[in-house]
Amino acid sequence: MIKAIPKPMEEIINYVQDCTKLLIAGCDGCVTVCEAGGLKEAKVLAAALRLYFTQGGRQAQVDETSLTRQCEKEYLAQLSDRIDQYDAVVSLACGVGIQHLAEIYDKKVVYPGVDTCFLGVNEERGLYSERCQACGRCILAETGGVCPIARCSKRMLNGPCGGSEGGKCEVSKDTPCGWELIYERLKTLGQLDRFETPTVPKDWTTSRDGGPRKIVREDLRI
Amino acid sequence: MSAETPSKLQKMINAGHLAVTSEVGPPRSADGAVIEHKANLIKDYVDAINVTDNQTSVCRLCSLAACIRIKQMGLEPVLQMVTRDRNRIAMQSDILGAASFGINNILCLTGDHQHFGDHSSCANVFDLDSTQLALTVRMMRDEGKLLGGHEFGVKPQMYIGAAANPFAGPNVGLRVARLAKKVAAGVQFVQTQCIYNMDTFKTFMKMMVDRGLHEKVAILAGITPMKNVGMAKYMKNRVPGIDVPDAIVQRMAGVPKEKQAEEGINLAIEQMEELKGVEGVRGFHIMAIEWEEKVPEMVQRIGLYPRPQLAA
Amino acid sequence: MRLQYPTNVRIIEVPCTGKVDIIHLLLAFEQGADGVIVVGCMEGDCHYMAGNLYAKKRVQRVKEILDRVGLGGERVGMYNLSSGMGGRFAEIVREMTNKIMELGPSPIRFAKGTAVRAAGEVAA
Repeated sequence: MIKAIPKPMEEIINYVQDCTKLLIAGCDGCVTVCEAGGLKEAKVLAAALRLYFTQGGRQAQVDETSLTRQCEKEYLAQLSDRIDQYDAVVSLACGVGIQHLAEIYDKKVVYPGVDTCFLGVNEERGLYSERCQACGRCILAETGGVCPIARCSKRMLNGPCGGSEGGKCEVSKDTPCGWELIYERLKTLGQLDRFETPTVPKDWTTSRDGGPRKIVREDLRI
Repeated sequence: MSAETPSKLQKMINAGHLAVTSEVGPPRSADGAVIEHKANLIKDYVDAINVTDNQTSVCRLCSLAACIRIKQMGLEPVLQMVTRDRNRIAMQSDILGAASFGINNILCLTGDHQHFGDHSSCANVFDLDSTQLALTVRMMRDEGKLLGGHEFGVKPQMYIGAAANPFAGPNVGLRVARLAKKVAAGVQFVQTQCIYNMDTFKTFMKMMVDRGLHEKVAILAGITPMKNVGMAKYMKNRVPGIDVPDAIVQRMAGVPKEKQAEEGINLAIEQMEELKGVEGVRGFHIMAIEWEEKVPEMVQRIGLYPRPQLAA
Repeated sequence: MRLQYPTNVRIIEVPCTGKVDIIHLLLAFEQGADGVIVVGCMEGDCHYMAGNLYAKKRVQRVKEILDRVGLGGERVGMYNLSSGMGGRFAEIVREMTNKIMELGPSPIRFAKGTAVRAAGEVAA
């Protein structure tokens, strides 16, 4: 899932300090799971901003809501009858949802309330780590189900590098070496023969390098 | 246009002469003699020679090495640097390296996307963009500081240039605003995209003059002579950001094939004569693509030869 | 044991401090509380394993929020007591009350008109 973290309160206050009617819009999707932007976080942010405005002697209305998913316009339509009354919306969705909200309500000022970080897993509550960079051409079949692009700091395709020590990445001793993981997994699977075949330079056109991406599924479209 | 550097191009512009620059595209091989040959063709007719940096994302002999070679021929190179292929460590390193050989001009570019080139499947870098590269060079030159904060003594004395494309429509005002941003980042001279649509260029220049920007940045008008009608059509239809009016395609098509090259040069000369009278134009950047041998004739015909000699 | 503690304290009972969420604490301040304390079981003694540890983290977060929005994080606190520490409870309530008296009313109450600044303060 998409992982995000709440933006610092100062930054959000800085965006909204001149507003008098504000909507905090959470998203019930990925950001709820990583506790960065669901209804609960929307309520907390709204309450905090109300305290901020009130203690400063300001009359401001701060409401909260949460949409099923901000990345789909059908759910964004849930705001259509009320969004006009607000000066601005702070969206707690991931960058996708924030942009989609701004796109659908193109005259509304929309501020981000979270920093969107990566595609990752919940290792445990409050501990999330990256697994996929959405490069558009999956090679997990060759690498024992461990992605070197997401999990090697140099995104090497023929690792590990010489800086890897004791199974840890040279960038941080808290980060497992992606290639050590790949090697061990291939060994477990009895597929070590794959390890010694050099991987040729990758075609990055399906990744961000090819420009903004789009999927057109003619089999699904009418 | 503050910050005086030892750049001969800057001195020429500041002395009030119409400057002439041209470019050399390095070979797609290790043949350094090609650079010497091309540079020798134009050396007496231009004030500085740009060396392209893997232009159109086609891998070539590197701009820095070619610039060093040109410098060692006693000529004045302009180091073109695109941010597509290298991060800020590599680019700052190359700038220090260039300066160590007395290279005093840099053209800061973002670069074409690799989609257009011969390695379309490669990853790109774009750690900085052209404006940020200009900011970086200015910081290195004026403050003796790297982006990482390291301070050093011997500073790169770079005359900072950039590109501008008045024709990437539809909004000319946006292009003026973008150039204003580059000027704010320290850009001192600009070489424009190839000019074919004079009306749009004049609109662009008027907006520059109205904002007083022409006094802050020296604008060298970009000129590329057409070799034939095929090239005119190709540039019109296939090259992003180039605006070739129908009238020009028709004019090229209106002469027999063997006369088209001559017509292309005539057209360029007419345009340059007209551009001389446009306020804010401080010179020409002639991009004669694989046609360097025509540069001397063009410079002579518009009356800019011999080049003025600067006091040492 | 008849322990005296200040009467201006309103006690809200919850089954476990793990039930107390950030929003509950913020709402108390929105409604005019001058200070809030969360009193949970001793660390390591939570019947639900970690309820009081979650509460501790949430109180910490509320402190940060109060600091950022201008109320001051010292208006909220977390204490851990066992059921046999009634005396300590009364003492904590007295300490917190004294601290709040020193801090003065919450800025929210001034804004809402339920508290009035002292004349000297206004002049300053």
